[in-house]
Amino acid sequence: MQLYVPILVLAVLAAGFAVFSVSIAPFTGPKRWNRAKLDAYECGIEPTPQPVGGGRFPLKYMITAMLFIVFDIEIIFLYPWAVAFDKLGLFGLVEMVLFIVTVLVAYAYVWRRRGLDWD
Amino acid sequence: MNNVPTLDDFGHDPLWITIIKAVAIFVFLMLGVLFGVWSERKLISRMQHRYGPNRAGKFGLLQSVADGLKMGLKEDIMPRTVDKVIYFLAPVILAVPAFLAFSVVPFGPMVSMFGHKTPLQLTDLPVAVLLVLATASIGVYGIVLAGWGSRSPYAMLGGLRSAAQVVSYEIAMGLSFVAVFLQAGTLSTSEIVSAQAQGGTWDVFGLSIPMPSWYVFSLLPSFAIYAVTMLGETNRVPFDLPEGEGELVGGFFTEYSSSLKFAIFMLAEYVNVFTVSAMAITLFFGGWRAPWPISLWDGANAGWWPMLWFFLKLAIVFACFVWIRATLPRVRYDQLMAFGWKVLIPVNLAWIMIAATFKAMRMPDTTRGVVLAIGAVILIGAFAIWLRFDTVNQRRREARAAQIEAEFEQLREEPTAGGFPVPPLDLPHYHGVVPEQARRHADAKEVTSGSN
Repeated sequence: MQLYVPILVLAVLAAGFAVFSVSIAPFTGPKRWNRAKLDAYECGIEPTPQPVGGGRFPLKYMITAMLFIVFDIEIIFLYPWAVAFDKLGLFGLVEMVLFIVTVLVAYAYVWRRRGLDWD
Repeated sequence: MNNVPTLDDFGHDPLWITIIKAVAIFVFLMLGVLFGVWSERKLISRMQHRYGPNRAGKFGLLQSVADGLKMGLKEDIMPRTVDKVIYFLAPVILAVPAFLAFSVVPFGPMVSMFGHKTPLQLTDLPVAVLLVLATASIGVYGIVLAGWGSRSPYAMLGGLRSAAQVVSYEIAMGLSFVAVFLQAGTLSTSEIVSAQAQGGTWDVFGLSIPMPSWYVFSLLPSFAIYAVTMLGETNRVPFDLPEGEGELVGGFFTEYSSSLKFAIFMLAEYVNVFTVSAMAITLFFGGWRAPWPISLWDGANAGWWPMLWFFLKLAIVFACFVWIRATLPRVRYDQLMAFGWKVLIPVNLAWIMIAATFKAMRMPDTTRGVVLAIGAVILIGAFAIWLRFDTVNQRRREARAAQIEAEFEQLREEPTAGGFPVPPLDLPHYHGVVPEQARRHADAKEVTSGSN
């Protein structure tokens, strides 16, 4: 636990600075009211009305996020294997080949179903 | 070699030394950003035959300070529609993890600080590199929430794009570390640096050739992939699509107009650049260890000197960032995603397996035949998969091109394309000659577009 205390110290320092800067911002500058200034910026035209609670966004981004989670977890499995490779020896190599082949099946499926294409 | 820190040397600092180190890192990063922005602008302007900032202070050195002050004195506009809590929190969520990643960056060996023997590194963990990846992932929340909380189309699209890009390149980045862990056998940053102290020897034809110790040489493919993901991860040119000014105004911070909130976004971006550069140095360029000609001097890797080598390496990597920015144009979004998912990830996986096979072959108690057979199966399998996908994609591309061509062919024959009136495209365009004149003088020269 002692190893994590310094991270906390740096976090407090950074958070203090960031929160201070963000909360002091409204008080350091002038205040001149103007209706157009308070609208969302859309290059000068009337802003598009945004639905309450957030609008829709292309499904493509969600698929990317889900693929990210799948492959990110795969990487996490690779880390302990890489660190313990010397102890595992040949067994580790064979196991990892099997694991990566299994992942590649999923990867090939996503590729084939155009999950990786962007249009 | 008792001045090289190991994991056991961490966690014994009294609190006041920890605070001194944390403040030093914080101040270093703040000053680094101030002068990093200045040096980037100066360098890029010299590359473009301009002077760059040269008014504020000597050589314009105080330009960033002046900019920061100016930002503080600007009106802080908060649009009516924003989600107030998220709008306030997003810059904080982006900035804090950016600083945190620096807590595990090794700046040097054990030194004596006010009578205490302590490593020149804030802390180290058995999973230090994982902490860096974790902070990078949390930073994505800042980007998404800034875009989401702004309730504006530009910010929303910028945030989504940026998040999709960062997570895509994070996978390749995480994979490019695996070969390093394989070689070093640890995730702790200080031990990865010590693992790069001594290069092994390569015995061939009875000669024993000393191998370079930095992983950038022995694991070049990993470094090449990391160098690309470095740019993608920090949204820098040529992957700076989230801020594509031509299409998205400012990207996810469009609604954070000129105020200190915007300054925090700038700060986080540059701190992230320093973080990925520091990780490149730690994992691939020998960390704080002196480069070759200097390392012949015995005192080069002792005391406070390594900090200097670290800063020099950091400056060089940062200059490469600027150089790339001055050289390359922005890539297209579909190219960016395709490159991340279809090239970097499979190449990376194949390279990890090759590196593991090599390592298994060097282990004393393995039968080389089995390892080689496994390696051959991997190579043939990877090649077969690649071949298969390449032909599938080629066929698909050709089919799509043929379909588009057929549609155009159909449109050319119809007088109205899908219900829209189409002007006749083969009439001469009159430039310079007024039509009336042309009618009166029948022999007036017709000037069509394209001819002068």
